[in-house]
Order: sequence, then C-alpha cells, then structure tokens
Amino acid sequence: MNPPRRTQIIAGSLLLAGLTACVALVQRVDAARPQATLQDTLYITSPSMVRRLSLGYTGLAASLYWTRAVQYFGSRHHEYAQSYELLAPLLRLTTALDPKLLVAYEFGGTFLAPPPPHGAGMPDAAVELIESGIRANPDKWRLYYALGFVHYMERKDYAAAARAFQRGSEVPNAHPFLKLLAARMATQADDPATARMMWTATYDTTQDNMIRDNAEKHLRALQVEDDVTGLEKIVDIFAQRFGHKPGSFREMAQRELLPGIPLDPFGQPYQLTPEGKVLVRQPEKFPFLHKGLPPGFVQPFGSR
Amino acid sequence: MNHPITHIAANTFREAVRDRVLYNLVAFAVLMAGAAVLVGQISIDIERLVVINLGLTAVSLFGVVIAVFIGIGLVSKEIDKRTLYTVLSRPVRRWQFIAGKFCGLAGTLAVNAFFMGIGVFGALLYVSRRLQRADSYVLVALYFIVLELLIMTAIALLFSSFSSPLLSAVFAFSLFVIGSFSEDLRGFAGMSNGLAHWLTTAAAYLVPNLAALNVISPVAHGEPISGSLILWNTLYAAIYCLTALAGTVLIFERRNLK
Repeated sequence: MNPPRRTQIIAGSLLLAGLTACVALVQRVDAARPQATLQDTLYITSPSMVRRLSLGYTGLAASLYWTRAVQYFGSRHHEYAQSYELLAPLLRLTTALDPKLLVAYEFGGTFLAPPPPHGAGMPDAAVELIESGIRANPDKWRLYYALGFVHYMERKDYAAAARAFQRGSEVPNAHPFLKLLAARMATQADDPATARMMWTATYDTTQDNMIRDNAEKHLRALQVEDDVTGLEKIVDIFAQRFGHKPGSFREMAQRELLPGIPLDPFGQPYQLTPEGKVLVRQPEKFPFLHKGLPPGFVQPFGSR
Repeated sequence: MNHPITHIAANTFREAVRDRVLYNLVAFAVLMAGAAVLVGQISIDIERLVVINLGLTAVSLFGVVIAVFIGIGLVSKEIDKRTLYTVLSRPVRRWQFIAGKFCGLAGTLAVNAFFMGIGVFGALLYVSRRLQRADSYVLVALYFIVLELLIMTAIALLFSSFSSPLLSAVFAFSLFVIGSFSEDLRGFAGMSNGLAHWLTTAAAYLVPNLAALNVISPVAHGEPISGSLILWNTLYAAIYCLTALAGTVLIFERRNLK
C-alpha cells in the first residue's frame, strides 16, 4: 500500500471514529445536564423583534414558531404537565409573524383554554388570541366558532358564546350551524345535547386528524355519560318495582327493562355494581369521562 | 449571437456551471423533500404553507448568496487572473464587459430559480396531491425573487468595480439587510425633521426596496398579487439594475487597469 493511500485510509477511519465518538459524547453530556432544556427557553419574546430579525421571511419564521408551539404542547401534554408557560408567548410570536395563519388561532385556542393536563388552563389568553385572529381575519367564520367554543366549554360564559356564534353566523359563507348554536346558547346552554352538538360540529368540520380524534374522544365520553345516567335511572325503576337492586343487566333484560346487555362505544358490556352504579370496564379508554369511572380511578400518563 | 455581450454572458454562465454553482440544487432538493415528508408529522395543518414558505425563502436566500459571492468576483477575478486584459484587447468595450458579466450571472440565477421552482411545485404536488389555482401565484413570487436577485447582482457588481471582494461582500449583504427594512427606513424618514429628514429620505430611496419584492407570505395563503404591483416592481427592478450598472460602468471606465 502506497503512503498516500494509507494516509487516506487512516484519515477516513479517524473521521468516522471521531463522528461516532461525538454522537456518544453529546448523549453523555445531555444525560449529565439537568432538565433545563432548549425547549423551555424562549430567547426572544418580542414579536416585533422577531419580525424584524426574520428579514421579511415572516411566513417561514411563523411556520417554524407554530411547529415549535405544537411540539412544545405535544411534549408537555405527553408528560401530563400541569403548566405550559411558553405556549402563550409562542402563539403570540407565531401570529405576530403571520397574522393570517388561521390554524395558530384555532388550534392555539384549543391548546390554551382547557385546564391542565388537557391544556394550559388559560381560557382568557385563548379568547385574547382568537379575538386578535378575528381582528386580522374578520371574514373567517371558523375563528368565531373557536371563540364561542372557548366561551362555552371553558369559561361557561354562555352569553359571550352566543354573541361569538351570532357574529360568526353573519360572516359571508358561514356554516349554517353557527346560527343554530347561537340560538341554543340562549335557551339550552346547559343541555348535554348542546355539548354533543358542539363536538359533532368540530368533528365534522375539522380537517385535522388530531382534532378529529380529540372530538371523537369527547363524543364517546358524552355517549357513556348519557348511557350511565339512563341505565342508573332504569336501575332505580327496577329497585322501586321489585324491592331490591338488580344483580346484573341480564336480570334487568329478563324483566324486560332493557333490550339486552348494554355496551359501551367500544362494544364492551357495562359493569353493574351491587350498589346499583354503572361503570365502564376499560376506563383508560375514556379520557374525558366524568361518570361511570371506578372509584379512585386515575387516568394513566399518556392515555389522554 | 456574435455580439460581445452575448459571448461574455455565455462564458460567465459556463464558468458558474464549472464552478459547481448549480450544486446548491442538490441541497435544495434535500431540503424540499425533507420538508414535504417531515412537516406533516411534526406540525399541524401547515404542510402546504411550509412547502411554499420554505421553498421560496430558500430560492431567495440561496440566490442572494450566489448573486453576491459570484457577483463580487466577476470583475476582480478577471483582473487577478489578468484575463481582463485579453478580453479588453479585443473589440470589446468596458461597458459591454460589465453588461455581459451581469447577463451571464443573471442567466445562471434564472436557471437556478427555474429548477428550484420545479422543486417547489413538485413538493406542493406531493403534499396537496393536486395543484390548485392559488398555486399559480407562486410563479409571481418566483418572478419577484428573480427580480430581487437581479438587483443584488447589479449591486454586487457595483461594489466589485471599486472595492476588494471581501468588502464588496460585506457592503452587498448589508444593502440586502437594509433593503429588507426599506419600508421602516421610509417610516423613520417621515418621522424626522430638518437635515435628518432629508438624509434618511435619501438613504431610504437609495437602498433597494426589497420588502416590496417579498410576497412569499401572502402567496402561501393563496392571496393573488395585483397586476399593478407586478408592473411597478418590474419597472423598479429594471430601473434600479440599470442605475447600478450605469454606476458600475462609470467607475469601471475611469479605473486605471495598468
């Protein structure tokens, strides 16, 4: 082997070995550092400063900040976090860079409004964000829907929700259900059917799989809560009629109070306790459920 | 075809290709393919936006870097290698040399932008499955980027006619950054008084108005670009390039090359 060839082989081997060692060392360094990570740092918080620094390429910068907001929310949500300090500033930066990025207002509001761990627990910040989106895009009905949704679901301010839906219904080409929702807010805001209508509307109109999946989970939970309420009423009727609680759903079916064994949305039979309570068998499959949960049950991490 | 400008332009184009300038297309292709495949997995509902924003920003920034780094060497390299004397000893006027160099690099940048444009549309087709009417506005943004690159080429040539390559690069990039803030500069001029007002106004109109040539964000949202903006931007870019080239020729004609 001639000397130049030998040098090339040695240099090439050193290059590969060096790169491999660097990867291993960086992993060691990361493991040795405390949990303070890049993700929890926002170097520039001023929207106007970020706008200037983007040199006019604001669209790309907004997309990057939006992706960072999604990643931040996703990772915190996965960790079952109780706080999301950077979410609101990230969304403010995103929308300042691109005021027409509707997805940031719409889903940003969805991330901000719900209480932890489902969201940041900042419904007022969500309202502020979506209102700023409406000021920049007054002809987009979905933003009014998102605003009304936050007022209804998280702030329980039905009058404000009605106003948002009403304003949205007046936008050209608005979805007809906004008018309907505005009317229901005034008369039947507390009715579970209204909540079901809202989640059904979200499920039907969103183009994003994650939002659709979330709406589906809420709809399933509402379905189970309806089932549990209805079944417990029938259990009470049974007890009044026969003087004791039913031992099983089969017994209720035999007495023609039920058409058969009732099943949850996943096809699993409900469980009847000796005290007459109706429970789901796999509660971890219903992250937003409030009724029908076994006593002391806590949702495991990452199931939501 | 036998015009000296055509010959110099063709040689400049060939030289750029030989210098592997078009290799940046490979990096661009990797960037676009990565963006098209990855963004859908790490973000929500912005695949199309990212492809347009990232694609057009890359076309613009890659182009500016090429325009400046090649532009600043167009004259100085010929002087250093002493090939300029061979060229000028033939029936070629100095202004024809400058015009030929400008046209050659402009051609290189246009070809580069053309292939990158194909890449952007390819990635768009991949993420959207079909092209929409609004995607045609991307062509307008690409056209504006080419205009921006022509202006930057003219500026780089202007600086290279009297300064060293390093300083020319610094000056050209500084003008690119200041040109991105030209609207702010005019705003400052409007707020100041007296001599400061006149000085800032002069500076605001002297730097290239690059902000008006950046329509990437509206195009990404499917907003149409008005015909009048296309017309005025075209005229502005043509006049600005002509002015900068006139300045280059003026300096180069007076330069002592002995």
